[in-house]
Amino acid sequence: MNIVACVKQVPDTEAQIKVKGDGSGIEEGGIKWVMNPYDEFGVEEALKLKEKLGGEVTIVSVGPARAMETVRTALAMGAEKGILIDDPALYNADAYATAEALAAAIKGIPYDIIFCGQRAIDDDSAQVGAILAELLGIPQVTFVTKLEINGTAVKATRPIEGASVVIETSLPCVITATKGLNEPRYASLPGIMKAKKKPVDIKKAADLGISGAAKAKVVKFAPPPARPPGKIICADDTPEGKAAELAKLLREEAKVI
Amino acid sequence: MAKGVWIVAEQRDGALRKVSFELASTARKLADALGEEVAAVLCGAGVEAMAAELGKYGVDKVYVADNPALEPYTTDAHAAAIAKVVKENDPAILLLAASAQGKDLSPALVGKLATGMATDCTDVKIDGGKLVAVRPMYAGKCFGEVVIDTFPQMASLRPNVFTIVECAKAGEVVKFDPGLDAAALKTKVAEIQKEASGKIDVSEANIIVSGGRGMKGPEGYGILEELAALLGAAVGASRAAVDAGWRPQSDQVGQTGKVVSPNLYIACGISGAIQHLAGMSSSKYIAAINKDPEAPIFARADYGVVDDLFKVVPALTQEVKKLLA
Repeated sequence: MNIVACVKQVPDTEAQIKVKGDGSGIEEGGIKWVMNPYDEFGVEEALKLKEKLGGEVTIVSVGPARAMETVRTALAMGAEKGILIDDPALYNADAYATAEALAAAIKGIPYDIIFCGQRAIDDDSAQVGAILAELLGIPQVTFVTKLEINGTAVKATRPIEGASVVIETSLPCVITATKGLNEPRYASLPGIMKAKKKPVDIKKAADLGISGAAKAKVVKFAPPPARPPGKIICADDTPEGKAAELAKLLREEAKVI
Repeated sequence: MAKGVWIVAEQRDGALRKVSFELASTARKLADALGEEVAAVLCGAGVEAMAAELGKYGVDKVYVADNPALEPYTTDAHAAAIAKVVKENDPAILLLAASAQGKDLSPALVGKLATGMATDCTDVKIDGGKLVAVRPMYAGKCFGEVVIDTFPQMASLRPNVFTIVECAKAGEVVKFDPGLDAAALKTKVAEIQKEASGKIDVSEANIIVSGGRGMKGPEGYGILEELAALLGAAVGASRAAVDAGWRPQSDQVGQTGKVVSPNLYIACGISGAIQHLAGMSSSKYIAAINKDPEAPIFARADYGVVDDLFKVVPALTQEVKKLLA
């Protein structure tokens, strides 16, 4: 089976995000970069599928040179080879341009199933997997927490508000992974050593015949609105007294209960 | 020339979802700023009767596709039907809900319409005749202002953030043929497994009572459930609590869970890891109960109680009972 997993390098969840003085972007100095946590679920599912059915896992990523580290991480987890699409024309890519780049690269290789994270935790767009499926003209199931493959039959479970929906479709398709799908493995030391020798193809926008131009542009970044200082409730210093004061404030001052 | 502000109305189980009225009211505001009309697209089976209700919230025209293939919702059928009517009418702006269904449908439409979209917006306005969408990024650690160079300019709106305003308009029903080719539909719904009835999802709750590591175990959540039931609230959880297996993943609030904006967020036994704070800092009011006075959550809380939550929460439940009596 030919399995593709798309990954993105993003700031670690513990990273503080500082906006540049002119609002043109975020300060990247000091940020620890990691594989997008939702992509880890996709890579893990890809590896599990390969272990069960045989085949190869190809990692595809769009990002600057530093994203190579994330591609290598996925290779160290057990994927066979990688494609890194690194071109300055894509550094301000929106979801559509990113999906276009991924689609162009994936069209050049055999694929039966493609995994993406349900969203990247940096821009939080939650669009790339679905656009990729549209551009390739194949079905998609997003936010998947459970996946079964039988021959070419696909059964995927996705949570919605207050329910879970079981979707049936067929290969080839795009699956976007969310938490609950699996527990991603850690790369082993031998895995890390082997990953260094695995092939990674570096592509430019021109190689793929794409412009990289974004349709949606972030014209201004801003820090979140500051919250007014809060108050610590002391009351008569008993838990009951504090609870009564809190209830009163929520009712009379905040008017939210 | 692209013209008009459109919404995709969301319905489930025979009724429009509340977020559809939030979309309609917001679209009305944008359309008034542009001097244009508001239209809604409504897809499903037996949905025509719901169309009139959209008129109450400022919708001039409702494009209805009533077809058995559109029920229950599947991405490919709905995206194909909506893309068709949108292409035929060329609206300037298209708004969807950033609900579970909207988050699935909207990027498929982006692909079909070859346009750009701002996801999960908390504010939208018109500036110089164009849509400006404001959205949290990095789970709310910063905000971005997005403009879109292609039509329709698409945005999905975070549920529960936009105000519903009544504004009676015609809500004229225009039926359209979704043009579905059964052979081209590749996905179908095999089963819908409903969770316990009455459970409110954290992404749609007005009030969230949330617990973290300080709950000490799954049984600790009983007191939160009790308070939540009284307030009509959802029960949320931190990543620590979900990873420990105390609560389902669907309850997780934070950067690797759901990003929420309720009117009131009550954080119990949550220290306030940065990835959790990112997911709930846009709540209107935050109350925190934690015995550690140094917990970072207190820096974001409007009201802080430094004490044992296992004593404060039951006492708070009693007080709320008295107030609501």
